[in-house]
Amino acid sequence: MSINNYLYLSAILFTIGAVGVVVRRNAIVVFMCVELMLNAANLTLVTFSRINGTLDGQVVAFFTMVVAACEVVVGLAIIVTIYRSRRSASIDDASLLKR
Amino acid sequence: MQPLLTIQGPETALFWVLAPLSIVAAIGMLLVKKAVHSALLLAWVMITEAIFYIAQDALFLGIVQVVVYTGAVMMLFLFILMLVGVDSSDSLTETITGLRPIAIAAAVGFGGLLVSLLGRATLGREPIGLEVANASGNVQGLAELLFSKYVWPFEVVSALLITAALGAMVLAHHQRTNPRPSQREQAVNRFRTGSLAGAAGLPGPGVFARHNAVDVPALLPDGTPAPTSISATLKARGDVIDSSPFQLDNVDTSIVEEK
Repeated sequence: MSINNYLYLSAILFTIGAVGVVVRRNAIVVFMCVELMLNAANLTLVTFSRINGTLDGQVVAFFTMVVAACEVVVGLAIIVTIYRSRRSASIDDASLLKR
Repeated sequence: MQPLLTIQGPETALFWVLAPLSIVAAIGMLLVKKAVHSALLLAWVMITEAIFYIAQDALFLGIVQVVVYTGAVMMLFLFILMLVGVDSSDSLTETITGLRPIAIAAAVGFGGLLVSLLGRATLGREPIGLEVANASGNVQGLAELLFSKYVWPFEVVSALLITAALGAMVLAHHQRTNPRPSQREQAVNRFRTGSLAGAAGLPGPGVFARHNAVDVPALLPDGTPAPTSISATLKARGDVIDSSPFQLDNVDTSIVEEK
């Protein structure tokens, strides 16, 4: 097996996550799809770290995990705040600037 | 000269078993209706990725992936799902016409582009593998890099974490703009506004002496179920039981003598 298969897998997962962000309407599911995309990028970083024989890629993947954790905390807090005022977790309903 | 990477048979088998499973779970994430099921499928994808990390000599990241993602982050997602509950946004009907075919076509194009690019690109040399870099242990190697070359990003990231925690606290903090109405004011308002129908409070759920669970609407004097007697969440979830079988007319009231 070629090590490139890991890269193909992460490309496919990233694409699936991108479709989810566009297609789903529940803000929490959209957020989970963003997490899937971040994870796919992490798999690429780890694989390239192995291809290059240095640990730099793994360090960057570690930083990505930290940033993803921050993003989840703040994003979910925003979702809860919007839900509290608009009683909906649908991204179609948050259209105040349109009107 | 570093030794070149050879991928052993077990890793190949692991990949070909887990990679299709993770792709199926990721696609299922988009197709299932309930957000909780999406969360569980995403947790599975994350666990397979953790196994891939460990198989690729990234032991520390594999463990962190399990602890941080499947542990903390997915728990947070499930917690927020619990807070927000079920609403109409779970439905899979498309609100923008033609969005779904366009999204799928774009995804096939984008994914095909990525895969074909990866297939044609070369680094000009063979993959090396991490045997040399991990010689003194994966955690030790990562720590050496983190605290020498990447010490400044590491500090910046710690500032980011603190900022995110503070931001979440600020967003979650709810400041009242008007004082909380006292019990007396609430009672007065119930009688002064509109009709007197709500003066006694909402009816409780359950059919007296027949079925007193919270998922059965109470019966009004004319025999129809009272819609205000059950929680809106139960109604949205579809967990409400029809109360008509518990009406007096439908229940067998003949007294059977016990022997």
